[in-house]
Amino acid sequence: MADNENAAPLASREGALEFFRERYGLDNQSLTDTLGVALERQVDYADIYFEHSSLDSVSLEEGIVKSGSRHLEQGVGVRALSGERQGYAHSDEISLESARLAAGTARAISADTGASHKISVAGQTGHDLYPMEQSSSELPVEEKISFLSELDSYARRKDSCVEQVMASVITHNRKILVCSSDGILAADMQPLVRLNVQVIAADGSRREVGYEGRGGRHELQRMMEPQVWQEMVDEAIRVARLNLSSVPCPAGSMTVVLGPGWPGILLHEAIGHGLEGDFNRKKTSAFSDRIGQRVAAPGVTVVDDGTLPERRGSINFDDEGTPSQRNTLIEDGILVGYLHDKLNARLMGTEPTGNGRRESYAHVPLPRMTNTFMLGGEDDPEEILKSVKKGLYAVSFGGGQVDITSGKFVFSASEAYLIEDGQIGAPVKGATLIGNGPDVLTRVDRIGNDLALDRGVGTCGKDGQGVPVGVGLPTIRVNDLTVGGTEG
Amino acid sequence: MTALTNTHDLELINLAIERARKAGADQVDAVLIRADSREARVRGEEIEFVKQASECCLGIRAMMKHTTGRSTALSSTSDLSPHAVEQIAVDVVTLAQATAPDEHAGLPDGGFAKDLPDLAMHDSGDQNVSIEARIEDARTTEQAARTFDPRINNSEGSQASSDFSEVNYGNSAGFSASYKSTYHSLFSSPLATEGESKQVDYWSTVGRRLVDLEDPASVGRRAAERAIGRLGARRVPTCEAPVIFDSLIAPSLLGQVTSCLNGYSVYRKSSFLADQMGTQIASDLVTVIDDGRMMGGLGSKPFDGEGLATRRNILIENGILRSWLLDTYSGRKLGMASTGSASRSVGSGPSVSTTNLWVTPNAGTLDEIVHETGRGLLVTGLMGMGFNPTTGDYSQGASGYWIEGGKIAFPVEEITIASNLGTMLKTIDAVGEELVWRGRTASPPLRIQQMTIAGE
Repeated sequence: MADNENAAPLASREGALEFFRERYGLDNQSLTDTLGVALERQVDYADIYFEHSSLDSVSLEEGIVKSGSRHLEQGVGVRALSGERQGYAHSDEISLESARLAAGTARAISADTGASHKISVAGQTGHDLYPMEQSSSELPVEEKISFLSELDSYARRKDSCVEQVMASVITHNRKILVCSSDGILAADMQPLVRLNVQVIAADGSRREVGYEGRGGRHELQRMMEPQVWQEMVDEAIRVARLNLSSVPCPAGSMTVVLGPGWPGILLHEAIGHGLEGDFNRKKTSAFSDRIGQRVAAPGVTVVDDGTLPERRGSINFDDEGTPSQRNTLIEDGILVGYLHDKLNARLMGTEPTGNGRRESYAHVPLPRMTNTFMLGGEDDPEEILKSVKKGLYAVSFGGGQVDITSGKFVFSASEAYLIEDGQIGAPVKGATLIGNGPDVLTRVDRIGNDLALDRGVGTCGKDGQGVPVGVGLPTIRVNDLTVGGTEG
Repeated sequence: MTALTNTHDLELINLAIERARKAGADQVDAVLIRADSREARVRGEEIEFVKQASECCLGIRAMMKHTTGRSTALSSTSDLSPHAVEQIAVDVVTLAQATAPDEHAGLPDGGFAKDLPDLAMHDSGDQNVSIEARIEDARTTEQAARTFDPRINNSEGSQASSDFSEVNYGNSAGFSASYKSTYHSLFSSPLATEGESKQVDYWSTVGRRLVDLEDPASVGRRAAERAIGRLGARRVPTCEAPVIFDSLIAPSLLGQVTSCLNGYSVYRKSSFLADQMGTQIASDLVTVIDDGRMMGGLGSKPFDGEGLATRRNILIENGILRSWLLDTYSGRKLGMASTGSASRSVGSGPSVSTTNLWVTPNAGTLDEIVHETGRGLLVTGLMGMGFNPTTGDYSQGASGYWIEGGKIAFPVEEITIASNLGTMLKTIDAVGEELVWRGRTASPPLRIQQMTIAGE
């Protein structure tokens, strides 16, 4: 296949191109011919997307690996855009014929006859964020099974309060190829691994769950190092034990200190979704028309960065073939940018930002986040805690959700403590925190120097599509956040 | 059964089963699902999105016999060429050789569905509905929403979809059957603006037959009315008060309750109800039924994910916990028979789910319940996943209306409601009289005597 002269010979790109060419006969010429079918009507843009993925999982429960699974998914999706109109068709057969049929269906959104311009495509240059020594799925299943068994006996030996251990190893290997009418040919192999550990601890009749998960775009073997998984098991047990002694959480508006790392889900819900290009193009977001305005306290800078090596939310290219990049969303408290896919960037007269992502070939790309985090500040985290007379210190969270239009968002604390006179007090039961996206960051008045990213288990859902993402945060202090406990 | 049987797909299932048996599997089952979907969205004057697609996927479960039980593995593929099907049948057996035996694993011991009644799950006349007709439905809905009130000045659009699917199941015990179903929906999400307040809300209608759907214009108007009703929403001071879940929100509460009746959570003791069978877990106003054979029901199916007959299960009767939701495996773990509640997706083995689930109606319209409440909160929207099934602890973001003097006073948002599900169930002091199906789960309005509301 003809390559762009400037394209670096990246293993993940070359490997994927060769896979689709060898296995399905998808070469440069046949791809442009097929895309040409979608361009036989007047459309602004068309793309064709091939995907082949395998998902392998082995899970342990009650001391044994009762089951293992392997799922293969493959297909092609063709899209045509005309103004704000979007036509989409997909098939689960990878062939030029099924792609041609889909192209014929997708172009039907344009009633205008007459062909669009002819195209030629060139290899897209990009990152190489997850070079792999070997594919994780090639690890023999027996090795994964004995690994999980060892993990199980370690957990049971570690603490007699452990009643159940559930653990799973999941590897997802995705190969994609995108060919678009703006001349891009991009291909990638995207590895994704994950280890989940969950324990149920009992104390008398009281039972609590503790969970720890980690993952990223790297070899599975890295998480099978004893110091890594033992730390995870220790952490899951610590959380379960902590929950066994938790007291009811207070209710009402109070000062909240968020710990570093995973609490960055605050940014994802409160800010990130509201800055996605589709909502802002349609002006349905609480952040619509607010570029250049203050949406956070001075000192607050928030970025979305798809280029961090090996992170769960990172991608060499997005699913439209645009290389990922580091996008600043809020700079020193001022809103400076949105996240774009091609459709919304074109309609808003700007450039795509490498955020056009999709769950699979069966879905259209949407503007989505990658790794979203706040840059670290100057404050000592311990000093931040000491500064709070009465409040809540939240260090870990479950899921969250946002109403894009009203800006109201929630996120659920799974590990939190009372703060009394600057000291960390008793652990409290899980509670939902609720706030208003456009003003919550204006009440951030302390920013720690301890920025951390999460452990690599986040999945973001939008319009029924899940994509892997990351978040990050330094320790911050937020005034007047509503905490949904039971103690009035 | 004959009228519903798809010969080609059942042959593929048989091929997979035979091949896996030949490779050494003791028991095998397979599911093949075909789906055809059409979807259109209109926003303002524009047709914003049109999608048409066909999908099919085959999943196999293979089990190997050992002296101490059976080991299991699963595999699936969307490549349905005979070669690919034979390949995954062999691969899944190799994988099953590596996993550990479990004395409870395996197909049901018998009792596969004998009668496969026509549950009115599809209307063959709808099969030919064109994408253009659904675009028109979406357009009518969108126009009705947009022109309802001058304060409706934008929207996320109105969407119409039609999904046709066919489920084929077979196992090595000799059971094989198929059923077809249809799912039509219409959804509208307009945006209302007044001063600084910007609110979006939605309304939707779903049905097995197109004629079961609400009139498109009324879907649009209802959605617009709801968005306008939320304008000017504000917080309320932190307090304790009665909380009414309206009929749109009450099903989510019901879903959280049944997640705690799931046999897997029970044997793992990750449900706070695990040791409460036969005891009073809810107020005596509460009776909960799950029925897989309701005519035209959105959760109906003639047989479950293991080929067993679906049936009507009374889960909670006048507040007394009467039944778990079980498939064969979780049933064996608890020393009980399956309740015909196995669900099966192509990518996984049997799991437990509800079918058509509801709370039986009692007395009073929503207006009457609001009136009788005097002062409290009517919840019409929930946010987040703040529920812990192991402890029952409950804390969710909420929006709705504040009730003062027995009347709706003003819309509220950015508040949370919290309690423990065990306490909430026991203190349900009103169950309304209206039961309207808007999905697989339905409930009349429910009132909880008191919850903690966190706000200002």
